[in-house]
Formats: sequence, C-alpha cells, structure tokens
Amino acid sequence: MAIIVTELSKTFLLRHTHSLKESVIAAVRRKPLSSSFNALDEVSFTINTGESVALLGFNGSGKSTLLKLISGVLRPDRGEVLTRGRVAGLIEVGAGFHPDLSGRENIYLNAAILGMSQKEIDSRFDDIVEFSEIAKFIDTEVKHYSSGMFLRLAFSVAIHTEVDILLVDEILSVGDEPFQRKCLAKIRQLHAEGRTLVVVSHDLGMVADLCDRGILIDKGRVVFDGESHEAVVRMRAQ
Amino acid sequence: MKRTRVTQIVSGPDLDGFVRPGQGAGLIDVFRRRYLLSLLVRKEVQVRYRGSVLGWMWSYVKPITQFLVFFVALGVFLQLNGSIPNYPVYLFSGLVVINLFSEAFSNGTKSLVDNAPLIKKIYLPRELFPVSSTLVAFINFLPQAIVLAVVCVFTGWAPNLVQVLGIVLGVLIVVLLAMGLSLFFGSINVSFRDAQNFVELILLVATWASPVLYQWSMVDKILPDWLMVIYQLNPVTAAVELLHAGFWFPTTDAEVTMPPNLWFFGLCALITSSVLLVVGQLVFRRLERRFAQDL
Repeated sequence: MAIIVTELSKTFLLRHTHSLKESVIAAVRRKPLSSSFNALDEVSFTINTGESVALLGFNGSGKSTLLKLISGVLRPDRGEVLTRGRVAGLIEVGAGFHPDLSGRENIYLNAAILGMSQKEIDSRFDDIVEFSEIAKFIDTEVKHYSSGMFLRLAFSVAIHTEVDILLVDEILSVGDEPFQRKCLAKIRQLHAEGRTLVVVSHDLGMVADLCDRGILIDKGRVVFDGESHEAVVRMRAQ
Repeated sequence: MKRTRVTQIVSGPDLDGFVRPGQGAGLIDVFRRRYLLSLLVRKEVQVRYRGSVLGWMWSYVKPITQFLVFFVALGVFLQLNGSIPNYPVYLFSGLVVINLFSEAFSNGTKSLVDNAPLIKKIYLPRELFPVSSTLVAFINFLPQAIVLAVVCVFTGWAPNLVQVLGIVLGVLIVVLLAMGLSLFFGSINVSFRDAQNFVELILLVATWASPVLYQWSMVDKILPDWLMVIYQLNPVTAAVELLHAGFWFPTTDAEVTMPPNLWFFGLCALITSSVLLVVGQLVFRRLERRFAQDL
C-alpha cells in the first residue's frame, strides 16, 4: 500500500480578524471571531502501490484539500493520512521559481525544493533540459521567458523528481497541445514503471483514460469509489 | 465495511515505512536538507542587489554611512570621541553586532510571509526560511567584519586567542538569538502581522539598550546594582561587549576597564539564546499546523 486515509476531516476556520486589535474589538462587541466550513468529512480509503487514482468532484468539493493533506502542506484536524515512500506534487508547478535566476539555477533550486539531492539533480539535469525543449535559453533569466517556456521548465523539473507517489493537479493547463501530449505520455510511463498516481483534473475524459480508479467526492464526502469511467458517469449524473 | 478494513490495517504490522506527511523533525530536518538550505541562501545573496549598479558595494556603503552619522553626532558633537579612547573602533565594533542582529531578526520574522506561495503549495521544513534569513544576514555581516578588522589592524590590533574566541562567542550568541526570536515571531506573524511591527520596535530599543554608542561605565554610574545585572543579562549586551573585548580593547592602551565577569555574562547569554531557540522552535511547531491555511 502507498496511501492510507482514515476518517480524515478538515475544517477551515475562516478568520474574520487579522490583527490583535481587531480580535479584541470583535471580542468586546461579541462578534464571531471566525466561522468554520467542512472541506473534508470523514474520508477513508486506501491506495495501493502502483495504482492510478483520479479524484473527481466539482469545484469546492474538497479534492484539492485532499491532495494538500496527502502532500503534507495541510495537516488533518481529525483522522489521519499515512504515506509510504517519497511524495512529490505537480501541484501549481513553478511555485518555487525565482524570476531573477536563470533557468539553470531555477532547475537546481526547484528540484531541491521537491526533495532531490545534488547528485540526483546533476544526473538528471540534461533530461530535464531536453524535456523542456528550452536548451537555448537555459542560462537566461526566467523573467524573460514566455509563460509557455516557464511552464515547460517548471513541469519538466517536477516530472523528473525521484518519487514513489506522484500527485498531479491540473496537468492540462501546461503548455501547448504537443507538449501536453508529451507530459501525459511521461506520466503514463512513470505509472508503467510502478509509480502511484493521484490525479485531479477537470478534463474528465482524460483522467478517466489515464486512471483505473476514480474516487468521487461531493461536499467533502466520498460518494463513489470504483472504476474511473463509471465514476465519471456518476459525476456527470449529479 | 471499508472502515473496519482500514482500522485493521492501521493496527497491523503492515505499517512499516509509513509516515504522516507534513510532520517533520524541525531544525533537524533543516540540517538534513542543508543542500536546499545552501541554495536558498545563495539565491537570496544573488538576488539581493540584482539590478543595482553598485551591487554588493551597498553592503559596505550602508554600514559606513550609518557609522559616519553616529560618529559625527555622538563622537564629535557629544564629544564621546574624547572620553572613549579610539571611539571609531569602539562604535563600529558594536554597530556590526547590532546590524547582524537587526537584519537576521527582522528578515527572519518576515521570511514566512515572504515565502507564502511556496509554503502554501509544497511541503518542506518551514524552519528553512528563518534559518536561511539568519545565514544571509551572517554573510552580509562578513564584509563589515572585514572592514572592522582592517581598521583595527591600522590602529595596532593584535588580539590574543582568548579575545578571538570571545568574538566567535559573541557572533554565535547573536546568531542563535536571532534564529530563536525569528522562529518565535515569524510563526506568530503568519496569523498576526502585528508581530513584524513589534519586532521593529524591539530593534529600535535594542540599539540603545546595549553599550553600542556609549560605554558600559556610564550606565554603571547611574543604574542600581540589580538593574545593572539585568542590563548585562541582555544577550545582545554580552555579545557587544565580547566584540569590544576582541576588536576594540586590544587597540587601546589597556587604560580602559572592560565590564567585570565578561565571560560569565557571555555564557549566560549563550544559555539564554539557546533556551530561546528551543522555545522558538516549540512555538513554531505548534503554530506550523496552520501556516498553509493562514498565509
């Protein structure tokens, strides 16, 4: 097994005050300091090593929250998440990029942020550059890149990290169509090599084909867990 | 059905190698990921003066200007130049300590908010940010220390080993103190931005609460004994005096008296700083749970 999620709940406290002064004033006036909202409610499932799972649901259903809990960015309020092996996310690629650094420097910085050692980065550097197709501009500062070039490089770094569990959020926002196809092929290849995939996307046809299993989430609860095409049918019926 | 299955697994022996994502080992993780730390520090250093003509010269221009302002105002106008021997060296060796402390503490406090996009999207030991701010401040301190050492050599500086060790201890005290306070105020700053303003206030006081611009004996004449002890227990005071003892004292004719029990207060400061680092780390870990959602 790769991921175990047990009775996982996440409640967001929406704070209405943002300074000590505001808090004191709100308390004196007996106004609520915050209101809460259940993003995930007693979610349980297990994902086996090598499985490919699509998390399905409409906006606000809680799937991105779930992905962030699996990656460790957020921590559960109740229940627990357990993972085995290295986890890396293709979540919001390029988060760690700095516009004033060159492509080369950004590759090293980002790969290290994603958990790679210097040796691993050295050995994969050429692959990363080749995959991104921007070898000519690798020593140019990233701020001069077009948005497409930027995304290519960021995605290329993320996809080359050494991982056991790959979390993918909205891959199809990356680059033009040929590059998207290349990314998808790369993700398929990683899956074929035995990596565990957890994918979130609004392109239902694509994720249903990419993944074997679909978990449908609605208002923070799992409403269906089974074959991916069937999950998409259920979702469309909602 | 599913729930019972999961519960069984959780209590079973199958759990080998499983971890709870997002629960790191704090500062120990920072050490484990020192390669990333080195890249973050290098990035800050590279980016700091990018796009400026003078570049890293600014690291010299700023402290030298600050020094000149204080020297003219206090040394010349208030005539400290006459009462404190070799006042320029005295002044500068204290100022470098305060600059190191101010920069590390204020940037460290803001570091989490500044790195919000990263913290919200990718998990990594968040202690990395305050720690790298402190290290960047230390790197920025080095050119100032070199200027100081060069000036000292011209005024007859020949320190012995104990004095050099004192300098190292003083810098260590400031670095640990700034790191601990950054962890503490930085994690509060995520939810309450009041923290960074409060830190500005602390720094404003810190410059004057230690014998940087004036001499300890002037304070000793006025404060009662118990208050003088508190004054000396301030870790920044101990660090400033250790640097005075290392840089300034050897350049005088030894007709000046250093504060008594310097090593005692130095060790007290080291302990205080270490305790504050532990407290800072504990508070940080407690508040860390909410970083990604509060930023």
